[in-house]
Amino acid sequence: MNLLVHIAPDINVQQALDFVESPDCGGVVLFVGNVRNETQGKKVVKLFFECYEPMAISEMEKIAQYTISAFGIHRIAILHITGEKTPGETVVVIAAAAPHRAVAFEACQYAIDTLKQTVPIWKKEFFEDGAIWVAAHP
Amino acid sequence: MRVLLFGIAKDIAGAGAITTTGVADVATLKEWLYAQYPSLRELRSLMIAVNKVYANDEQPLLPGDEIAVIPPVSGG
Repeated sequence: MNLLVHIAPDINVQQALDFVESPDCGGVVLFVGNVRNETQGKKVVKLFFECYEPMAISEMEKIAQYTISAFGIHRIAILHITGEKTPGETVVVIAAAAPHRAVAFEACQYAIDTLKQTVPIWKKEFFEDGAIWVAAHP
Repeated sequence: MRVLLFGIAKDIAGAGAITTTGVADVATLKEWLYAQYPSLRELRSLMIAVNKVYANDEQPLLPGDEIAVIPPVSGG
């Protein structure tokens, strides 16, 4: 297989890199999404991610397959966590590998942007005075 | 018919799964959901997935389908 999708309580940047790196790929682009410590000036205490896992895996596979067929990259790994994370911890990792860097950049950008739009994962932000489901309301 | 709920939809319904009767398609299910839980109307979007695939309003719902309510996603 030339794609890896994975959802787990903890994910690892090295796992994504190890999966995509191969001698035919001169360019590897890595995106790492970490918990930010503030949102619009409010201190973030932690995030909680809920996941409809079988569908999330299916949607992540669609994204991965599309990046390979449409952008011509050779290998891609998309990893996402579920559960609670605190500021600085990693919640999403995408690694894309191609013979040359340009399409690896494009594929990585497409993958994270599309993941945020289509993959059934929900993020709850916890502040010192309450919590909200991110982007739920207009 | 059993319906799974996630994220804010689960909080609004107060349960991760609910049971409906007499809903033949996605549009009817959405009307039923909005009648039961008016707060769902305030969300930015509300999608229904059937067998782990996003469904349009016309899609029929059949016994044994895995049905899920998908409020606005926010992964990453």
